Amino acid sequence: MHKEILESYPKNDKSTLIPLLQDIQSVYGYLPQEAINDIAMHTGLSRSRVYGVATFYNQFRLTPLGENIIRVCRGTACHVKNSANLLYSLENTLKIKAGDTTRDKKFTLETVACIGACSIAPVITVNDDYYGRITTKDIPNIIKKYQGKPKTEKQTKETVGA
Amino acid sequence: MIELTINNIKVKAEDGMTILEAAKSVGISIPTLCHMKDLVPSGACRICSVEVEGYRNLIPSCAYPVSGGMVVDTNSPRVRRARKTIVELLVENHPQDCLICVRNKNCELQDLSERYGIREHRFAGESKAHAVDISSASLERDPAKCILCGRCVRACHEVQKVCAIDFTNRGFKSTVTTPFNIGLNASDCILCGQCILVCPTAALREKSSLKTVSTALLSKEKYTIVQVAPAVRATLGEEYHLPLGTDVTGKLVAGLRRLGFKKVFDTNFAADLTIWEEATELINRIQTDKPLPMFTSCCPGWVKYIEHNYPDMLKHVSTCKSPHEMEGAVAKTYYAKKLGISPKDIFVVSIMPCTVKKFESTRPELSEESHPDVDAVLTTRELVRFFNIAGVDFADLGDDQFDNPLGESTGAAAIFGASGGVMEAALRMAYFKLTGNHLENVELEQVRGLEGLKEASFYINGKEINIAVVNGIGNVGPVLDDLRAGKSKYHFIEVMACPGGCVNGGGQPIHQKTEKVMKRMKVLYDIDKKMSNRRSYENESIKTLYKEYFKEPGSHISHEILHTHYHPRGK
Ligand code: SF4
Ligand code: SF4
Ligand code: SF4
Ligand code: FES
Ligand code: FES
Repeated sequence: MHKEILESYPKNDKSTLIPLLQDIQSVYGYLPQEAINDIAMHTGLSRSRVYGVATFYNQFRLTPLGENIIRVCRGTACHVKNSANLLYSLENTLKIKAGDTTRDKKFTLETVACIGACSIAPVITVNDDYYGRITTKDIPNIIKKYQGKPKTEKQTKETVGA
Repeated sequence: MIELTINNIKVKAEDGMTILEAAKSVGISIPTLCHMKDLVPSGACRICSVEVEGYRNLIPSCAYPVSGGMVVDTNSPRVRRARKTIVELLVENHPQDCLICVRNKNCELQDLSERYGIREHRFAGESKAHAVDISSASLERDPAKCILCGRCVRACHEVQKVCAIDFTNRGFKSTVTTPFNIGLNASDCILCGQCILVCPTAALREKSSLKTVSTALLSKEKYTIVQVAPAVRATLGEEYHLPLGTDVTGKLVAGLRRLGFKKVFDTNFAADLTIWEEATELINRIQTDKPLPMFTSCCPGWVKYIEHNYPDMLKHVSTCKSPHEMEGAVAKTYYAKKLGISPKDIFVVSIMPCTVKKFESTRPELSEESHPDVDAVLTTRELVRFFNIAGVDFADLGDDQFDNPLGESTGAAAIFGASGGVMEAALRMAYFKLTGNHLENVELEQVRGLEGLKEASFYINGKEINIAVVNGIGNVGPVLDDLRAGKSKYHFIEVMACPGGCVNGGGQPIHQKTEKVMKRMKVLYDIDKKMSNRRSYENESIKTLYKEYFKEPGSHISHEILHTHYHPRGK
């Protein structure tokens, strides 16, 4: 898919890197490893440089997005109200770090600066839903809402093995 | 000429000089971290900041050119405070384990902390948690100790042009790592260790094999043999404050004997043997229309590079094993038979200037009946640590001599450790094999020195032979591109991954100066000059070796034991 995009850019032109990364991310929702390799070949930049740039800017993702995106506000008001604990709790429950996606691709966990809902701090959002004035105790219930129908054991194994 | 004032001293400086250089010329030392001589300043770390009259902000002296009438203060309270703060922040974000660190007393961060009198933790905070990458056989990467000066990245991108590592992420999460943060063993890093030589801390270091070696030395079942690469004798003295460019061959042999090795052999022996095989292979390729040019294969960093990047060109690489692998192979076959010992009871240790040789010794094809040709590799730096533990006072040792038969060598072997040396040694032999005459002037000045690409042409038997010497892996790209495009005019090409050759290998004493490399090279050329035998075919022990065992160069048995093959590796 990304090959066509590459072809629409001149070869060996290092200045095209950022727009290329943006275009290709808009196709996949993230930057697959193979795309990074191909971008390196096409621009004449080293793979390590392309990867370095892609990880430098927050707009680029190296892992696919999950079905649900959980954002934990780490702005000042939320920080004062212990949003760090919410983050740790989410990380522990989902068994991923901020910025990552769960293996079953259900959830992506991110942190953001102030999302403009300070009056109900601490705040997390799941997709377009806001959850304010919550504590770590509320986390399991919130996650459950988005988990969809519970998986059978066999299915879970398959995803893990994949 | 420009006149400026630095710390109230009138300074005459050349146009284009940086403030840093001008200050240095009058004995004013300014600390640097990200600065690398001969590379464009990056101005990243700001430790070199100075005050310049008329400028509101502090100026990074490594990146700023002098101008007429400039008034500089390198030591104002403001400058000192700024530097101290930078150092404090670095120290605070760094593991506090100097006492058990491999770079203890040889660390630029330690030096800075001492120089700016850091005596308390003012900024104690969260520090980085990172796993150490121990995946490769040669190098360890410890990102917790990284102060993000960027010198390794620049050595790898701008000098070596391998581009295996780079800065990733940003802010607190910033690290230097491989693409996709995979282990070095799975990456296209060639393990040359040039990044170790420039790293101010222990964030990059060799993987140590000291334990394996000392265990083998204590084992009753093992017959331990040690061999030393040509380049080690030219640098080891530096670690003992002997004058730069001291040849320490005799002490080195004496020291190794004290460590308890049964035999102390010389990799130079196998360097001569390599020349017998390689010159024969070259002549054979020329005479039978096999792929030309032929590349040398002594440098495993270069071999790994071509395996990753130009796998379609592998047929151009000589099939000769590298010298220390040949030495190990001969020790475990010919010599083992002579001693009546089973090869499995022989333990071969190589003392090398090189980090890649550790990886090389683990290549499965470099073995005899499942016994690796070489069991362990120690770098020059590790040997120093070994001597220290064992209480060997190196500087006070007398001179001793290598054991025979795998210790005899000619001057041609000695120069293997300098860029151009293998070429020179091979031509001395090839000339003789093709013409039957001795090459009278054996010193080929055209292939000596530090230039990136050295070329020469000769007429041998009326046929023109074009050769090239690639000094540093960063210069090999265009040569390979030409070859791929069918435009190469060469017959024979030497490639050494490290700039200057093995004298400047990634396992050598940590240093920062190009002048050192020239002095180290000179040691080897002087050894060559002093030898009565300067051509590999004059090595008597090798003549015997062929008579008793290998029959002739390129024979079936020598192919089995002294030659190897290569694998394409992913990019
Ligand atoms: S060992 Fe060589 S190739 Fe690998 S990262 Fe260091 S400089 Fe680059
Ligand atoms: S690994 Fe060493 S050389 Fe590289 S950036 Fe870190 S401190 Fe500097
Ligand atoms: S030039 Fe020498 S030290 Fe450097 S990688 Fe090659 S063999 Fe090793
Ligand atoms: S700080 Fe969290 S919403 Fe403003
Ligand atoms: S040494 Fe000058 S900015 Fe780093």
